[in-house]
Amino acid sequence: METQIGLRVDGTRHTVRIDTRETLLDVLRERLGNTSPKKGCDHGQCGACTVLLDGRRVTTCLALAVSHDGAELTTAAGLASGAQLHPVQQAFVTHDAFQCGYCTPGQVCSAVGMLDEASRGWPSACTEPGELVRLSDAEIAERMSGNLCRCGAYVNIVAAIRQAAVDADAPDTP
Amino acid sequence: MKPFRYDRATSPAAAVAAVAADPQASYLAGGTNLVDHLRLGLTEPGLLVDVGGLPLHEIEELPDGGLRIGAGVANSDLAADRRVRERYPVLSVALLSGASGQLRNLATTGGNLLQRTRCGYFQDVTEPCNKRAPGSGCAALGGWNRYHAILGASSHCIAVHPSDLAVALTALDARVRVLGVDGERAIPIDDFYRLPGDEPQRDTVLEHGDLITAVDLPPLPVARNSGYRKVRDRASYAFALVSVAAAIRIEDGTVADVRIALGGVAHRPWRAHTAEQALHGAPSTVEGYAAAAARELSAADPLPGNAFKVPLARSVLTSVLTQLAEEAR
Repeated sequence: METQIGLRVDGTRHTVRIDTRETLLDVLRERLGNTSPKKGCDHGQCGACTVLLDGRRVTTCLALAVSHDGAELTTAAGLASGAQLHPVQQAFVTHDAFQCGYCTPGQVCSAVGMLDEASRGWPSACTEPGELVRLSDAEIAERMSGNLCRCGAYVNIVAAIRQAAVDADAPDTP
Repeated sequence: MKPFRYDRATSPAAAVAAVAADPQASYLAGGTNLVDHLRLGLTEPGLLVDVGGLPLHEIEELPDGGLRIGAGVANSDLAADRRVRERYPVLSVALLSGASGQLRNLATTGGNLLQRTRCGYFQDVTEPCNKRAPGSGCAALGGWNRYHAILGASSHCIAVHPSDLAVALTALDARVRVLGVDGERAIPIDDFYRLPGDEPQRDTVLEHGDLITAVDLPPLPVARNSGYRKVRDRASYAFALVSVAAAIRIEDGTVADVRIALGGVAHRPWRAHTAEQALHGAPSTVEGYAAAAARELSAADPLPGNAFKVPLARSVLTSVLTQLAEEAR
């Protein structure tokens, strides 16, 4: 069934005709030409399709576009300010946190969403009940478990996110 | 994926009317389970009624001191809620033990409860499965059944319910509020899920058109000392082999109150009534917890692929109770 929805993607408004069966991932890639989110498993298991949906990280392969009419999406392609990379993107470059790069846009969006969740005090499965959130390597790994990297760049991904978290806590430190 | 019509519900009653009137209709909430199953061809609804926009996103205090969780509350919001973390920590930890951060942001309370009880063979349309295609047989019985049921299974189905949230809610005596064509009713969660019997296609007692509107948590002081432990094949983002949700209160060295539910062992969250009865009023000792766990698991009927779950469940249950009892002192 065909229908029409509105989306705001990386700051630009779009009105797009879709089939009710299309996911946000399909609409982004096939209708709007934004190939930043990647189709990996298409079952919500790999996280390569992660974007920020109204500010929250989600797997777009499991979100029917028709049910998100009017939503605001931020993909990895929309995180930078002009030539200035987002701090999480820059940290991935600095720490060599990828090899083939296929999972990277999803990793970056997931990390941005995850750091926001942590800053709001959301616990994870490895946060002791009653304790404040401190982003140890174990916390980062747990919170990023929805993003797979088949190149196995996990060690540097954790290092990049740790750096981005520290920088976000002390934004004025040179 | 077969084409389907899409309808955005304007009220809970309108949603119920729309689905009840069409045998081919399904509700859509977060979609994390349903969209996957649409893509796999496991279900082919002609109409999706989207309940995501309904005003069911609040967590409210109940007059009796409990909490009412709207069916549309995201798993991530529920896990982070300060009241839940203080008064029902088992619920927060269980939610955070399930799925991934991205999925918890999409998935809802009602949707989590109504995700299908399932196994890998259910998800593979080339295999026989009595749950997906009644009467076709069960490929898991003679197949790979490491993850399958050790309690309450039947010769028709040995799948387990995968929700962590539902296991915690079972230990907490939650009530599921359901709106149907005949009005609203509350179903104790221990009566909500079914064992497979000879109708494994039915996961719950709900009728077509029934809509979960909320889940009520009773005031439960014992739940402040509660916990959830999930054992799985990798550290994160995997289904449970065995999980335990428990709450305990110790008075003068004896067990004054205890609530236990097991996950990963049956077609439904498994309330450990036998172990609870054995422990009420008994001395709080490791030996007592081990004996109660053994009595609960004495009913287990495992298969070659999952026999390890019997001693695993005994050990995890004993360990969780022992730890909670130490923290209760």
